[in-house]
Amino acid sequence: MKTKSTKGFLQRNLSIIFFIAIVILIALLIPNPYYLGNFVIIGIFTIVVVGLCLLMGYTGQVSLGHAAFYGLGAYSSALLTAKVGFTPLLAMVIAAVITGIVAFLIGIATLRLKEHYLALATLGSGIIIYIFFNEQVNITGGPSGFSGIPYFSFGSWQFDTERSYYFLVWSFVLLAIIFARNIVSSRIGRALRAIHTSEIAATCMGIPAFQYKVQIFVISAIYASIAGSLYAHYITFMSPSPFGFQASVEFVLMAAIGGLASIWGPLFGVTAVLFLTEFLKTVVPEIMPSAGGEYEIIFFGLILVIVMIFMPEGLVGGIKDYFAKGKIKKLAIKVNQDLAEFPENDLPSDRNKGVQ
Amino acid sequence: MKIFAKKYLILFLSLTLLLTITSGCGSSDQKGDQETYKIGAIFDITGPASSLGIPERDSALLIEKEINDRGGINGHKIQLIIEDNESNETKAVQAAKKLIEVDKVLAIAGPSTTGTSMAIIDTIQKSQIPMVSAAAGSAIVNPVDQRKWVFKSAQSDSVVVDKLTDYLVETKAKKIAFLSMNNAFGDGGRKVFETEAPKKGLEIVALEKFGATDNDMTPQLTKIKSVKPDAVVVWAIPPSASILTKNYRQLQIDVPLIHSHGIGNQAFIDLAQDAANGVIFPVGRLLVAESLPADNPQKSVLVKYAADYEAMFKQPRSTFGGHAYDSISLIVAAIEKAGPDRIKIRDELEKIQGFAGISGIFNMSPQDHNGLQKDALVMVKIENNKWVVVE
Repeated sequence: MKTKSTKGFLQRNLSIIFFIAIVILIALLIPNPYYLGNFVIIGIFTIVVVGLCLLMGYTGQVSLGHAAFYGLGAYSSALLTAKVGFTPLLAMVIAAVITGIVAFLIGIATLRLKEHYLALATLGSGIIIYIFFNEQVNITGGPSGFSGIPYFSFGSWQFDTERSYYFLVWSFVLLAIIFARNIVSSRIGRALRAIHTSEIAATCMGIPAFQYKVQIFVISAIYASIAGSLYAHYITFMSPSPFGFQASVEFVLMAAIGGLASIWGPLFGVTAVLFLTEFLKTVVPEIMPSAGGEYEIIFFGLILVIVMIFMPEGLVGGIKDYFAKGKIKKLAIKVNQDLAEFPENDLPSDRNKGVQ
Repeated sequence: MKIFAKKYLILFLSLTLLLTITSGCGSSDQKGDQETYKIGAIFDITGPASSLGIPERDSALLIEKEINDRGGINGHKIQLIIEDNESNETKAVQAAKKLIEVDKVLAIAGPSTTGTSMAIIDTIQKSQIPMVSAAAGSAIVNPVDQRKWVFKSAQSDSVVVDKLTDYLVETKAKKIAFLSMNNAFGDGGRKVFETEAPKKGLEIVALEKFGATDNDMTPQLTKIKSVKPDAVVVWAIPPSASILTKNYRQLQIDVPLIHSHGIGNQAFIDLAQDAANGVIFPVGRLLVAESLPADNPQKSVLVKYAADYEAMFKQPRSTFGGHAYDSISLIVAAIEKAGPDRIKIRDELEKIQGFAGISGIFNMSPQDHNGLQKDALVMVKIENNKWVVVE
């Protein structure tokens, strides 16, 4: 089976190389910095959602409070750089540690809960952190927020243009995806999936389920924190409103649409949701000029229901299934033609969503 | 390997698709008459602040039509490029970047709220493009040495507090209870009121906050009732301002209820219904335009705007729409003198004197990027669901 493992290795690297090529291609093909700016936001959200997928897709624990971790990272970075004078990189690390500790404390308290109760507990803790941002006027500037956050810099290297920030953010996305994939395909990843399938069975097999759940919760929060730090240095203005409950719901939505148990899913989920929002923003006022309020929620709900019915494994899973079906047909013809040369590797039953 | 190849093909195709979608967005506005002046506008058209953003967008469309009908600026037509920031700060920054880098506009009007305006200031300063915000917070244009490119058309909360506290002193109210909604608008008002009110001999006996989306303010009002103030001042916008007013009447608090300029639209009265009667608030003259004396320099502008707006959109006038109208009028007035040059437009904006707009007479200066004083405001009382000037 040695050939198979080298092939797997090649495959993994191929997808990463392919990803890097696309990232560079986008930068080359889009001369206008504004559109690159959109990809910066996509990249930042992708990092959060990759972390969320580790928690929701692989371990099966729902979090409706991830915007709070995203906000904690953003606020910690912003305050440490703007008010204390740390370098952005150091601030980002400290922000990740702070967020990790908070997530650890919340995790210990809530991860013994199951399913809906866990979702509600994370929702509650998210709202508490949001209220903290709003009410601690002396520290966070309250609802008015504060500005003066420096751009991200790395030594003397300043990331103050859209293009340079684009590469910075997508380097982090790359690291985030590689790290997530390593977790998923490791022993821990298998343990997490075992917990997802049946926590009792996993515990019987000797997997310390609670410990793993807390660990993955903390890792997932750190993902959000790093994305938050990147956001703070990109927008250079900080106020509580991007970190409210609605943001948490949007992250879950992005994760679900892209495909929960998938490493590349977040990329598609985030892109789909952001472009849908842009699309609605141009189309809805044309049809109903007086439409106001938060009507995109209606469409998000609708899309979520449709995706859950027709593509329960998200866009990535759905597209794969679609092609797999085509393959079954072709395969059937092939089998009819030559039963003896049935190619073992092309079995369409290879539905292991986890490892891609 | 065939399966893998297919997987990559899918990935590649979807990403190319994504690319074509994005690159398609930009091309539509690119071609245009060389002679057309492009002005950008960012409003909170959807999301929680849409009751501000919709009349602002409509007023912007109104003024675009007006100016082009009369032949444009020095013979150049204007084109407004209006962006919706969804009441969201990230989107506001993205919209500002789009207007600056894709549409290459001469100046930006908006955003609608203090929060979204504050969010884009760094981008504006860095890109060196004139901006005239339509929001209230004084922090938008202060400290002025860090806001070289930033102007605003709505009366600052400091001006409103000045007018409001004058009124309180006049009516011999001493003990004041203050309530604010917990967002950038309410927070801005609270900060100014806390520092300015004591200077006029007023005593703040209670200071309460409520969430921008709260549905019941009875707890805060009960507390306030117990300290027996001489007057209650509220800093909020509808719908929460209306809910609060209803709760206030239910609790039968019998001291005057004074709101900020945040309730200057029909939505407040519609939502609060009869509870709105008796509410007093400082606001620009738009709401009482018809009852102004004929020699008021603003009267002709106000009456024309109100009539045109109500005829074109079949909606009652709103002071917020007036702010957007002013923002664009100021930009147009500056372009008239400066031509299509961002630096000169900024310099001209700073020199505007005696400009009769909807929100007041603007007198800009290098120290004052708002240009309005408390004489831009009148105290208005709601009687029988109508606005009446208090004299």
